[in-house]
Amino acid sequence: MSVLVVEALAVSYGAIPAVEDISLAVPEGGLVTVIGPNGAGKSTLLNAIMGVLPSRGGLRFLGHDISALSVEARVQHGIALVPEKRELFATMSVADNLLLGGFRFGRRGAGGELDRVYSLFPRLRERHRQQAGTLSGGERQMLAMGRALMGKPRLLMLDEPSLGLAPLIVRDIFRIIADLRATGVAILLVEQNARAALAVADRGYVLETGRVTLEGDARTLAADPRIVEMYLGAATAR
Amino acid sequence: MDSTIAAILVQDGIVNGAIYALLALSLVLVFAVTRVVFVPQGDFVAFGGLTYAALEAGTLPGSLWLLGGLGVAAFLFGLHQRRAIIGMVLTCLALPAAIIAVTWLAVPLKPGALANTLLTLAIVTPIAPYIYRIGFQPLAEASVLVLLIAAVAVHLALMGLGLVFFGPEGSRAAAFSDVSISVGDFTLAGQALWILGLTGALMVALYGFFGFTLLGKALRATAVNRLGARLVGIGTAQSGSLAFVLAGAIGTLSGILIVPLTTVYYDSGFVIGLKAFTAAIIAAMASFPGAVLAALLVGVLESFSSFWASAFKEVIVFTAIIPVLLWRSLRHAAVEDDDE
Repeated sequence: MSVLVVEALAVSYGAIPAVEDISLAVPEGGLVTVIGPNGAGKSTLLNAIMGVLPSRGGLRFLGHDISALSVEARVQHGIALVPEKRELFATMSVADNLLLGGFRFGRRGAGGELDRVYSLFPRLRERHRQQAGTLSGGERQMLAMGRALMGKPRLLMLDEPSLGLAPLIVRDIFRIIADLRATGVAILLVEQNARAALAVADRGYVLETGRVTLEGDARTLAADPRIVEMYLGAATAR
Repeated sequence: MDSTIAAILVQDGIVNGAIYALLALSLVLVFAVTRVVFVPQGDFVAFGGLTYAALEAGTLPGSLWLLGGLGVAAFLFGLHQRRAIIGMVLTCLALPAAIIAVTWLAVPLKPGALANTLLTLAIVTPIAPYIYRIGFQPLAEASVLVLLIAAVAVHLALMGLGLVFFGPEGSRAAAFSDVSISVGDFTLAGQALWILGLTGALMVALYGFFGFTLLGKALRATAVNRLGARLVGIGTAQSGSLAFVLAGAIGTLSGILIVPLTTVYYDSGFVIGLKAFTAAIIAAMASFPGAVLAALLVGVLESFSSFWASAFKEVIVFTAIIPVLLWRSLRHAAVEDDDE
């Protein structure tokens, strides 16, 4: 069964269409990636699924129609978005950021989630008293992911988690993404770093100027000559 | 001027400043959470004072009908927006009905200062979240300027309603207690002690609320990053409502505290709110400790200028804002409206 089903989704900014006629599905425990160039509408797609942007078309989550729900209500259903700009609570401590990540469970909290997040990101435990705004880029991404995980999501959406990070840290982040899928959470990953994304995903969609131009098994896509030429660079072909 | 007069002026200034500090805290809070410059803050001071004075005199305060009317209006508005009916019946209809019933039963008994204080808080505070639901929540995505214009409109409407419900005469109430403390020539009046004690306690309580409770942290999170807060499931509307509840309660309590010191009229609130706003601006509408310090400064400045040049006291206080604005605009580059 699919956790998320998107049917003919369309978003426009005023009269200008940003994404059109997008259909995709994220299976339970699956890792699906959406790759494509800058400005293709990848972030728009995630924001529309989260409800941050209004959209037309069908959105079903675990069988429920969520297209009319507010962002907060979608969070309550178990969708989490780690946005491109992280959107942390900069003047609050790392520990408070994580605590608020579990806000949907109220005062009793998610129970045990904090320990899990700290063991996934030991750096956050070391810095739990520090203000979020003083963290390095990689630590911020970890905190943003940790905060999302505190809400025990059924679907985790990651928007360009490697953006602006040093290669070594990108490797760490992707290792953690691979670890996460092993815990059973479904992941929808948006990336410009097509090689790394296709390496961890089991299914991929290519988004260009607001439309899906290619889709298929991640390994097949990674070998597709068009992808190799456009996103992976000819030199890396085999 | 000798030291005795100076001491009295400082005492006056700090007592007034404490009230401004409470109101400035509330202005900063509401602005940070909802981006609304809460112009009607002062009207809650007037309503609080007048309601308390009416209860003390043993009459039914006019604000009861305002409470009931706004509750019904908020209910109808919510129906139009198709909100959950059961919750609305409780918060918009049952709650004001219960408050009106309790007040109606309690007033003839003249239940004393503490009960009157609690009743006043119960009557006036809910008006703020009703106003939020009717006036500001539908505008949540509007610009700061639009929200400010709406806030001015709400202030004018509340002032007019204040005239309708309380009449043009001012009211005054008895002090909470006649106790006073004397040190040499210096006397600290009972009501001043009450004001300093209660504002101090309230600030400690607010500090605890924002520093140590999940709800308080959620409010702060909304203030720091609205989108981030929504992404963890903190509803903008709930945060806004809660900020307005706090603002309503703080304004009402301030009114209760000052009505034994000065005659309160239906339109007294605005200037009080404006002085708190001066303090909030000095603190850049952002810093809570800064707002408290600035408010104490405004209070002391006001009491000294009323001694030296009482005709100009308001002018002097409001002029103090100009060098601060100059200093700020020279020190910081222009900040965009929607910059977080």
